[in-house]
Amino acid sequence: MELLSYMREHFLVLDGGMGTTLQAKGLAPGETPEEWNLSHPAVIKEIHRAYFDAGSNLICTDTFGANPLRYDAETLENVVRAAMENARAAAKESVGKQEKYVALDIGPCGRLLSPYGDLAFEDAVACFAAVVRLGVKYGADAIFIETMNDSYETKAAVLAAKENAALPVFVSNAYGEDGKLMTGASPEAMVALLEGLGVDALGANCSLGPDALLPVAERLLAAASIPVFFKPNAGLPRVENGKTVYDVDADAFAEAVAVALRAGVRGAGGCCGTTPAYIAALAAKAAKTSPVPLTDKGRTVVSSYTRAVAFGENPVLIGERINPTGKKRFRQALAENDMPYVLSEGLKQAECGAHILDVNVGSPEIDEEEMLPRVTKELQAVCDSPLQLDTSSPAAMEKAMRLYNGKPLVNSVNGKKESMDAIFPLVKKYGGTVIALTLDEDGIPASADGRAAIAERIAARAAEYGIPAKELVFDPLTMTVSADPSAAAVTLAAVRMLTERGYHTSLGVSNVSFGLPAREIVNAAFFGAALEAGLSAAIMNPYSRPMTESYLAYRVLHGLDTNCAAYIAYAGTLTDAPAAKLTAGERTLARAIADGIKEEAAAKCRELLKTTPPLDAVNGQIIPALDEVGRGYEEKRIYLPQLLMSAEAAQAAFEEVRRAVNAGAEKAEEKCAFVLATVKGDIHDIGKNIVKLLLENYGFRVYDLGKDVPPEQIVAEVKRLHAPLAGLSALMTTTVPAMAQTVDFLRKEAPWCRVVVGGAVLTEEYARTIGADKYAKDAMATVRYAEEIFAKDGSAD
Amino acid sequence: MTVLSVSFPAPPFSAEEALKYAAPGDTALLPLLRECYEEIAKELRYDVCYTFLPVLYAEDTVRFPSFSVASPAFCQNFAGAAEAVLFAATVGIAPDRAVRRESVRSSVRALCFQAIGAERIEALCDVFCRTLGEKYQTRPRFSPGYGGVSLDVQREFFRLLDCERRIGLTCNESLLMSPTKSVTAFLAVKPKP
Repeated sequence: MELLSYMREHFLVLDGGMGTTLQAKGLAPGETPEEWNLSHPAVIKEIHRAYFDAGSNLICTDTFGANPLRYDAETLENVVRAAMENARAAAKESVGKQEKYVALDIGPCGRLLSPYGDLAFEDAVACFAAVVRLGVKYGADAIFIETMNDSYETKAAVLAAKENAALPVFVSNAYGEDGKLMTGASPEAMVALLEGLGVDALGANCSLGPDALLPVAERLLAAASIPVFFKPNAGLPRVENGKTVYDVDADAFAEAVAVALRAGVRGAGGCCGTTPAYIAALAAKAAKTSPVPLTDKGRTVVSSYTRAVAFGENPVLIGERINPTGKKRFRQALAENDMPYVLSEGLKQAECGAHILDVNVGSPEIDEEEMLPRVTKELQAVCDSPLQLDTSSPAAMEKAMRLYNGKPLVNSVNGKKESMDAIFPLVKKYGGTVIALTLDEDGIPASADGRAAIAERIAARAAEYGIPAKELVFDPLTMTVSADPSAAAVTLAAVRMLTERGYHTSLGVSNVSFGLPAREIVNAAFFGAALEAGLSAAIMNPYSRPMTESYLAYRVLHGLDTNCAAYIAYAGTLTDAPAAKLTAGERTLARAIADGIKEEAAAKCRELLKTTPPLDAVNGQIIPALDEVGRGYEEKRIYLPQLLMSAEAAQAAFEEVRRAVNAGAEKAEEKCAFVLATVKGDIHDIGKNIVKLLLENYGFRVYDLGKDVPPEQIVAEVKRLHAPLAGLSALMTTTVPAMAQTVDFLRKEAPWCRVVVGGAVLTEEYARTIGADKYAKDAMATVRYAEEIFAKDGSAD
Repeated sequence: MTVLSVSFPAPPFSAEEALKYAAPGDTALLPLLRECYEEIAKELRYDVCYTFLPVLYAEDTVRFPSFSVASPAFCQNFAGAAEAVLFAATVGIAPDRAVRRESVRSSVRALCFQAIGAERIEALCDVFCRTLGEKYQTRPRFSPGYGGVSLDVQREFFRLLDCERRIGLTCNESLLMSPTKSVTAFLAVKPKP
C-alpha cells in the first residue's frame, strides 16, 4: 500500500536509534555512522532488520550526516546507494508481516545558516537537494528530515525535498527543555511553517525522553491539521562500568509513548538510546490502541522564526510604516541603502504593539526584486515579528517568500484572474496566508453583496490551487468618506457579512479619512466600528495614539485583556509623558548630546531648526558637543558607553537635520568615503559598529561591509568608490593574518587608499609590520585620523 | 566513549563581572547591564555536552585516542592527568540576536548584551567545571586557539561531541562557532585522593 494511504488508516511504527546502536556495536569515537554502510554493510542491515522484525513500518536509512558539506560527490553517492541497498535488503529479509517502507534520512548539515551563521540559504537548499536526488535515484519511499534545531535550515531541507522529489516528506525537529528549537521557534511556529510548505507529517525527536518531550507533542497536536509523530530519546544517558546506559527502559518508554498515541500522535518511534526492544514494546502498545482521527484545526496563522500569530479572537495589528509611499525620508533611506533606518522603523513598530509588520519597498527608483528580499532578510535578523510581504511584483514576491524564515502574510491577491494565477502558485509552494482584496476586472463593487461575491469567487479559485479558505483574509476595501458618505457603511457591512460566513477580514483603516483634517479622529472611530463588525486585522499606524487606544479599549470591553493589564500598562505611560517634556525644555541641544539623551536631542534639534539653518545647527551645536565628549573620552574623563550614548543622541539630531535638509535646499557637509569591515574569519563587529557610528557623526560616508569579509570584497569596494580611507577590524589572534592579507591586497590594487586598523589583538607595532598606515587604539582615534587625512587631501575622493 | 549532555539552571548573574567586558571601571553602566540581563534572561539556555578521554604523553605532546596536541603550555596544564574532559558549552543564540538588534538602535545596549553574553558563557563554564570538581581534581580549562594549541583542534571537538545534535552548536570553515557565545575546552581531571 502507498505510504500516505496506509498512514490515513493506521499508526505508523517508526524505528529507533541508529547512532547509539552503532556505538554499542563498536563505532569508534569520531567515526561517521554513515560510512559504515560501505565498511560494515552487514551490521547496518542487521540493525534495520531488527527494527522491521520489532514491528517498524518505516525505517530511516543510515544517512543522517551524509551531505555534500561533509563528503565529495562520489563518496556521497556511494554512501547513499549503499544505505538504500542495506535498508531494502533488511526489509526483504525481515520476518515482520507489516507494511514496510524505507525513508531517506536527512539530518542537519552541520553549519548554521546566515545571518547568525555563515551558510547562505540557497547553499543549504543546494546541499540538501544533492542528497534528495540521490535518495530518489536509489528508490526511497519517503524523505525523513529529522533532528533539525533551526527553522531556517528546516525550510531549506523541505524546499530541497519538494523541488527534487515527488515523495512524502516527514519533518521532525529537536526541541529543548524550554519547548523551543535552538534558534527559538515554538512548536506552533513550526506547524505554521511546515504546513505552509506542504509537508505530509511533522513531529519532534531527540533531545529529551518521552515524558519531557510530551508537552511539545501536545502543542504540535493542538496546532497541526496533518499527522504528528513522536521519536523521543530513551531518557538521559549516563556511564555505568564504562558502558552507556539510558534511564528509561523499553517498557517504561512504550508506556510513556502510549500516552502520546492516545493524545493523537499518528506515528511513533525512538531516537538516541532506543533499540529494537523499545520498538517491539511500542509496537505492542500501538497494536492495542486505535488511532485518533485527524481533524482540521481550521487555524489561520502566520509565523516568524520564533512565533506564530493567529487570526481569531484577538484583533491583529499590522504595522504599515515600512512603506516609501508619501515618505520622503524613507525613500531616501532605501535609495541610499540606509538599512539601519529601515530596520529601526520595524523595531519601533513592534515596540508600539504591531503584531505583524508590512514590508513594502515599491518606489520607481527601487529595484523591488533585489530590495524586498534584502529588507525581508535584514528585518528578520533583528526583529522576530512575522512579516506581511507587500508588493505588486510577483517576481519580488517569490524571491521574498522563498527566503522568508517562517510563513508570511502575503499582500495581496485580488479577484482578477491574472493576480490569482500569479500569487496562488507561490502560496501553494512556499506557504502563506493571503490578503485578498475584493475587487476584480470590473473594479470595486459599490455594495457589500458585490464585494462578498468576489470573495467567494477568490475562495473558489484558491481551492482549485489546493489552498483552503482558512489561508485567505479578505480585505473588503476601505473607501473615502469625504468622496462618498456611504463608503464606510458599505465596508462595515461587508466586514459583517464576511465574518458571518466564517471568513477572516482585514482593512487598511486610514483610507477612510482621506481628504479630511485631523484624520486620526475619524480613523480611530472607524477602526472601533470595524472591530465591532468582526474585523480580524487592520493595517495601521502603530504610532497613532487614537488607533492604539481604540484597540486597547476594544480588548478591555470584550474581555480579551486579562485583568485589563495591557490597558493599565498603556495608561501608565500617559502620566509619565509631561514630566519628560518639561526637562527637555530647559537645556541646549549641545547639552542633550553631551549627556547622551537621544529623545531630548531630537526634540531640541527640531526646535532649533525652526530658527537656525541646518548647517549652523550641525557646526554650532552638534559637532562641538561631540568634540567635547570625544576629548573627555581621550582624556579618560568619560567612558565608552557615554561616548556611544552621545553619538546616538547626535545621530538622532542628525536625523532631524536630514529631514530639514530634505525639506529645504541646503546640503549638510559630507566628507569622503570610508570603507569599513571586520576581516575574513572574524565575526566580532561591535567595535567596528562603534567606529561607524562616530565616523557618520563626523560626516564621513561610511560603507560598512559587515563582518567576516574576504579581502577581495574590501578591495573591490575601495576601487568602486575610489575611497581614500579603509578601516579594518579584527578581534581574534587567528584572524590577524587575514588582516595582513587584506592590507597587502589593498596596497597592490588600491595604492591611493590609507588603511587604518584596529581591534583588541592589534598593537602599534603589529600594525606597522603588516604595512597599515595607522593603528587606531579606539574609535575616536580612527575619527581623528580620518579627519586629518580629509583635511590634507579632502578632494581626493 | 559516551557523549553526555547537561543543561544547567541559570547561574547567578554578576553585573560587575559583565562590566569587565563592557567598560572596566564605569560603574554607571551597572544599572543598564542589569536591565539588559533581565530582558534577555528568559531566552538564555545553559547547555553543555562532554566526554571523557584517556590521555597519554610524549615529550611536549598530549595524545588522545584519535588526535594529539603538541604544546608545552598545554602539556604543563595537564600535569600528568590520565584523563581529560572535552566539553562544548553554549548559552544559545539570544545574545547574538540581541547584539544584532541593538546594533541598529543603540550601541551602548549592544555593548551591554555582548558583555552579558561573555559573562554568561564564562559563568556556565565555571558551573560545569565546579560540578566536575565535586568528583575529580580538575586543572584550569584550556581552549583551542590559546597557549600554542592550534584552533584546528576545534574540528576534533565537533567530530567527537556531536555538538550540533546535542546542544545546537555549529562550527564554520573558519573554525568559528555559532552561536558565538560558546566555548570548547579541555579539562584535565584526576581522581580525588
